Amino acid sequence: MLPVDPTNKLSFNRRIMEGDLVVVYERYDSMKPVKVTENGVLQNRFGVFKHSDWIGKAFGSKVFSNKGGFVYLLAPTPELWTLVLSHRTQILYIADISFVVMYLEIVPGCVVLESGTGSGSLTTSLARAVAPNGHVFTFDFHEQRAASAREDFERTGLSSLVTVGVRDIQGEGFPDEFLGQADSVFLDLPQPWLAIPSASKVLQQDGVLCSFSPCIEQVQRSCETLKSHFTDIRTFEVLLHAYEVREGNLESWQDSDGGLHKSNKKRQRSGNGLESSKPKTIMARRNGETRGHTGYLTFARLKCTM
Amino acid sequence: MSAQNSEESLSRSQNRRITWDGCSVLLDINDGDRVLFARLTAGSKIKIGNNSCSLQPLIGCPFGSSFQVEVGGDGPFLARVIPSTEGNNLVEKMDSQIMEESRDNRAIVDNNTAQTLTGEDIDDMRRKGVTGDEIVEALIANSATFEKKTAFSQEKYRIKKQKKYAPRVLLRRPFARSICEAYFKKHAEKIGFLRVDTLSVMLSLANVTAHSDVLVVDMLDGIVTGAVAERLGGTGYVCNTYCGITPYPINIVRMFNFSDQTCKRILHASLAELRPTPSGTSASIDEVEDACNANRQQNTEALSPSSAIDLVSMEESYSGNMETATIVAASPKSSKSIKAGEKAPLEAIKSWKENGFSSLIIAAPDLDVWGIAKELVPLLSYSAPFVIYHQYLQPLASCMHNLQIEKMAIGLQLSEPWLREYQVLPSRTHPHMQMSSSGGYLLSGTRITGSDQPQPN
Repeated sequence: MLPVDPTNKLSFNRRIMEGDLVVVYERYDSMKPVKVTENGVLQNRFGVFKHSDWIGKAFGSKVFSNKGGFVYLLAPTPELWTLVLSHRTQILYIADISFVVMYLEIVPGCVVLESGTGSGSLTTSLARAVAPNGHVFTFDFHEQRAASAREDFERTGLSSLVTVGVRDIQGEGFPDEFLGQADSVFLDLPQPWLAIPSASKVLQQDGVLCSFSPCIEQVQRSCETLKSHFTDIRTFEVLLHAYEVREGNLESWQDSDGGLHKSNKKRQRSGNGLESSKPKTIMARRNGETRGHTGYLTFARLKCTM
Repeated sequence: MSAQNSEESLSRSQNRRITWDGCSVLLDINDGDRVLFARLTAGSKIKIGNNSCSLQPLIGCPFGSSFQVEVGGDGPFLARVIPSTEGNNLVEKMDSQIMEESRDNRAIVDNNTAQTLTGEDIDDMRRKGVTGDEIVEALIANSATFEKKTAFSQEKYRIKKQKKYAPRVLLRRPFARSICEAYFKKHAEKIGFLRVDTLSVMLSLANVTAHSDVLVVDMLDGIVTGAVAERLGGTGYVCNTYCGITPYPINIVRMFNFSDQTCKRILHASLAELRPTPSGTSASIDEVEDACNANRQQNTEALSPSSAIDLVSMEESYSGNMETATIVAASPKSSKSIKAGEKAPLEAIKSWKENGFSSLIIAAPDLDVWGIAKELVPLLSYSAPFVIYHQYLQPLASCMHNLQIEKMAIGLQLSEPWLREYQVLPSRTHPHMQMSSSGGYLLSGTRITGSDQPQPN
């Protein structure tokens, strides 16, 4: 997924090979991750696609099924991955992810600790930010979930940047080997205040912590706990509103005829070919239904006492 | 921790947590009331209130440390303040009080007689060398109404007086985050009203990571270029492109503490240089080169940071309600470090032409974005993502429509980031009363290959 090996990165000449992970794009809201195999086939509502037809094509190509239906084959990115990964838990989406990475001041070379791993949606972006020489250590107390996450990182080629550990961070805290080692810590736990004392020990001075909680009561309690070792405690909510765009053919009022039905009028107009000469308006509006709340993001900086 | 050992030196040089002589810092005065950039040298000074203080004591201190203005024998100086680690008893006591607060403002009369200390009294105390903290205590002791205030407004009063009589300076690392926030707060117009959450989403949508080749049109004085370079960590390239002969200024890049390694990765190339060479006419590239050489002189002038200013202040143009404070520039020092934003070498341009860029970011508030997108999207590798920023919705809506019609991209998304901050205090949690209502709009998508025909079976 990431150009960890620069020779293998996206380019005009890079062709899809056996073993590649591709994101099959049907529509913006319908995508699927597929591992390309020599004899593999993909079957969907558009027909049957043979992987062997894909091999040798460029990423970004349109490919066709036996019935003439088509899909696009995209190179995976953390953003696409977030849209296609299998949800084993509630996941973080792009707005929260982006804000977390920037506010945690994660740059190449950083050591980042995360708990829980969940479905690995954020972890993938953390790995992108610490590459090529940093590392993400992520912990989940659920053994099977940790194993699935590990498989995913193998699949997306991030294993060299991410280590998944099985551990109850709320109960046991982060392992002692990380004392004073972490540049940033991310907590997505039901009772983050239990893990905060440990987080303050593993962070470097001036290191940043982020806690993600859906409920304000959790935030309240976390902030209380943060006060003793942290400063610059700030809580945010971020969202990304999507817009739909369409080309409208808005008629002038003067040319209209009161209550006369619009569709009749339209038919007449397209009949005499006048329509194309009318200036068209590009109109944008917010999508009707949208995510209204994900969680509160609380950031804090470890006090500098040296 | 194997990841750390192998390239430890690289990591250290990019992520230093202690200041050094010549390093760029962000100074946060009085909890965000004033934010300014400075370069720490033995001679650099800052003015806080009527006091001019040397920045020398800040050299060698960890980022995140706080300083307070003290007055000594040789005049005012900045002294380090070490916070207590254990629970702040005062705050905790106050919190428990607030929970069961019964006081209100019924007894407070606004007739300006509450304070018995006069301005002369305070000046007198100062002359005698009384510290700022002590003046604050004296003001509280001489306030007739302080005891009648609620604990919350007592704290507010204390903070207000502390800011005036004992100002604090917080030493911050200049990161894309802090730089963008500082600009957005005081000079949003200089960065095209780009809010920090919008910038963060742009970096995600453009899949910026180590070893990527990112094409940018950065007309926001280098905030985008700097933020991208920060994520490249001295690998890959960020190439700032432009039409004509003069690259866009990228002054903000100087505020990051970029290593030489990272600076080398910040380049510029004109659109004419990046356009695919028409097959058969080998002359064209020479022509372009000649044109560029002829204008090199001009380019250098346009690009080179005004070298006489060693301290970059955001307040040059700021004459406002704050106490007057100016930055006293240190003597200009010829910098030995590699300058960011050099002209892209031919081999880099050749490689981009062969491989395509791995992503594209456009931030051009005053230009027609579709006009830029139709030139630059074809320079991307197939399947590479792009993102376009604008503070207005309309230009992006039109651009999106055109990209759809031309079938140049898929996964087109027009979105608007939204950010709200909260005050979290016991029994007093609520969203901030003021918020930024527009952080701009983003259009993003993925480039696809041109071939559109079913292959013959």
